[in-house]
Amino acid sequence: MERIPILRMGTFLLVTIQVDMHDRLATALQDDLTTRIAEVGARGVLIDISSLEIVDSFIGRMLANIAGMARVLDAETVVVGMRPAVAITLVELGLSLTGVRTALSVEKGMAILQASQQHAFTIPELDAPENEETDDSTEHARSQT
Amino acid sequence: MHVRKREVFELRADADVVAVRQATRVWAVEQGLSLVDQTKLVTAASELARNTVIYGGGGTATLEAFDDLPRRGLRLIFEDRGPGIADIEKALQDGFTTGMGMGLGLGGSRRLVNDFNIESKPGEGTRVTIARWK
Repeated sequence: MERIPILRMGTFLLVTIQVDMHDRLATALQDDLTTRIAEVGARGVLIDISSLEIVDSFIGRMLANIAGMARVLDAETVVVGMRPAVAITLVELGLSLTGVRTALSVEKGMAILQASQQHAFTIPELDAPENEETDDSTEHARSQT
Repeated sequence: MHVRKREVFELRADADVVAVRQATRVWAVEQGLSLVDQTKLVTAASELARNTVIYGGGGTATLEAFDDLPRRGLRLIFEDRGPGIADIEKALQDGFTTGMGMGLGLGGSRRLVNDFNIESKPGEGTRVTIARWK
């Protein structure tokens, strides 16, 4: 069965959808991407849909599913390159792609993924204990022992 | 009504939905619809063709290019002999689904076209007619 190729670039996975996908192909992409995220420990997924002439409810659901599954696997998803006519149609259809990060171009999408990485690396510092100031009783008890 | 050309497409599987989508695009361009109108019509065709395959158990899509000046556009008729729809009003509501979809197919398609008509009888099948013109 034909498959949509998934490229790996460092900790990111890149997908460019260049064919008019039938539903099984879209479902296969969803499964393949989820598997690859876990396999390579990907931190970001970029999906380029600039070649897509339409996004109907099935493709919309696939994009939302991918973003949701990636999030659960600790990866960020950005969908890039949606055509203006597709965006107009999608909203009128009733799909707003809630929870899916979007960007106008591959370049901007990559910038979002890279920024989210830097943010991820700063989290341990932000979460560093400030035990002197805390009034949490367990923290207090621990510092006394 | 002057129908310039008409063609019937079988709708049995995934690949047939893609074929109907592509034919709709080509015909919409021929009829001079704008890019946004083409996109809306093709998206509606995709939703309804999928419904015919999944819920109707297969059927046909009939494309008609009409020149009723000043209205020039495309009419699509989706027919199946499936189980039919018991409550059409309910089926047109956003979020209503009996299957695995998002429940946007019927109601969403209606918003994407100029004319929308649905006839269905439980046990006999469903016919959805849509049209978009410039």
